[in-house]
Amino acid sequence: MSKAKENTKTAAPKAKTKAKAKAEAEVKVPGPLEELEQKHERKNVLMQGNEAVAYGALDAGCNFFAGYPITPSTEIAEILARELPKRGGVFIQMEDEIASICAITGASLAGAKALTATSGPGFSLMQEGIGFAKITETPCVVVNVQRAGPSTGMPTSPSQADIMQARWGSHGDSPAIVLYPDSVKESYELTIRAINLSEKYRTCVILLLDEVIGHMRESVLLPDLRNTRVINRIKPNVPPHWYKHYDKDQKYLSPLASYGEGYRFHVTGLTHDSLGFPTNKAAEGAEMMARLRNKITYNIRDLVQIESHQMEDAKIAIFAAGITARSAKAAVAIARSEGIKLGLLRPLTIWPFPDEAVRKMLQNVEAVIVPELNQGQFIREIKRLTKDKTEGTVVGLTKVNGQMLTPNEILSKVKEVM
Amino acid sequence: MKNYEIRLSGSGGQGLILASIILARAAVIDKRHVTQTQSYGPESRGGSSRADVIISDREIYFPEAMNFNCLLALTQEACDKYLFDLRDNGILIVDTTFVKNIALAADNTYELPFTDIAIERLGSAISTNILALGFLVRLTKVVKEESLEISLRQSVKPAFIDLNLKALQIGYDLADQCTSGSKK
Repeated sequence: MSKAKENTKTAAPKAKTKAKAKAEAEVKVPGPLEELEQKHERKNVLMQGNEAVAYGALDAGCNFFAGYPITPSTEIAEILARELPKRGGVFIQMEDEIASICAITGASLAGAKALTATSGPGFSLMQEGIGFAKITETPCVVVNVQRAGPSTGMPTSPSQADIMQARWGSHGDSPAIVLYPDSVKESYELTIRAINLSEKYRTCVILLLDEVIGHMRESVLLPDLRNTRVINRIKPNVPPHWYKHYDKDQKYLSPLASYGEGYRFHVTGLTHDSLGFPTNKAAEGAEMMARLRNKITYNIRDLVQIESHQMEDAKIAIFAAGITARSAKAAVAIARSEGIKLGLLRPLTIWPFPDEAVRKMLQNVEAVIVPELNQGQFIREIKRLTKDKTEGTVVGLTKVNGQMLTPNEILSKVKEVM
Repeated sequence: MKNYEIRLSGSGGQGLILASIILARAAVIDKRHVTQTQSYGPESRGGSSRADVIISDREIYFPEAMNFNCLLALTQEACDKYLFDLRDNGILIVDTTFVKNIALAADNTYELPFTDIAIERLGSAISTNILALGFLVRLTKVVKEESLEISLRQSVKPAFIDLNLKALQIGYDLADQCTSGSKK
């Protein structure tokens, strides 16, 4: 834990002399960003989405990866298999995805910052384990680089069909924090944010990537590591016999002890009391569920991130995330050149859903187009927020053939509703 | 140059994705905006494969090439499939080792047996991708040649740098021959 913290803190200042750097090599492991800078002699690099996730994880202090490689997420495992051992971290290739999610949950309980990466079929297998991480309030991050489905589907083709699964895939009304980048640079930033949020809110955070973004390479001007904020879980400041694993007095963001530090606590997937022991009492069950729910709803402003692109005077708005938002931005540019007042609202956090921003959008525009690479998932949320017929019409645009929506396809839809 | 779209197409195993990465990295060295995307099947050899590189002075929104400035086709199938998306005055480069018919007469068509040339001059078809890339870059000047060479050194294993630099040079020379009037 503290080691990871040290790394990110000390990685920034460049070593003064080579000899000195060698002497300090024990403590000063250069961050991947610095390595890249040295390698390419510039901050502007050509980077792949999956690569950005791997380096983002390392920069956020991730020191444990357990996973089972699967296209289109394999590069994340590949890079971390190479980089983690160098930095004193652990990489394990597990027998399957069920074992992978269990391993990262266990590692996290022992103090590691843990991450796994997978795609649709693996994500389905992980659902039970994700629920376990959520009910036991164990920080961890699952990256799902989506492929076309169902089942093994099209491994190398894009799809955005896991939007609802990321929210509801695990049974039992569990809370969800799900982030969705639209570029390689943002994949790097949101991986750091996912790990930070998992530590802060003690939950399993999901990062959804599109196959195209995972595999795409882009020129990326990486942010300065010195400005990167790394959040570490709060440690208990009470003696071990006073420690409560789920301390309700701490505003739902309670301290988390790690195994091996002298604190003893019970962890179970059963509904539990504040000490972690199973309970069947109605009041305690309700309290636990409220705690899981409230840490999301009370902190919605901290969790929700959206991008408003040309929305100020927009008459028609597009609501899209990930790679489809890139198509949408291109469509907005073409529309604007033709004098059509088109804008884009893009969620970076898809769960919790940005209700407030969507309501505002619905009030201000005549129509909302919801393009997505599935058979209509985001649109259900938009329609849920439509109050009555006085507000703008909501029109879906779907594509499930394993190809991206093109700017022209979105634009024709816009012209249809005009 | 606002937005330059290139599609490299052929079949899996011809090294088109690697060629596109080398080209994209060269554009980064030139401090341009660039996206590189690819589409391929689950097989590592065979099956159709394509890679797109978009180089621009502005932020690139949609990362897939739709209206190419330049199309490289190393198989008949790829040539048939993508030729119609080549923009007017776009450059078409085909490998006549595999491409026997061109469905549409493009203004700027360059037909050369790249694979045969690679086998003849370098002893194997393995460097056809870099040879064609060298040809493409000398012709289109889409990236600086120094940047391309730096990029190539960064992108291939040290043991293969010399072979690939040689392939690049053959590509350059072929382009010079074509542009100096002896267009094939």
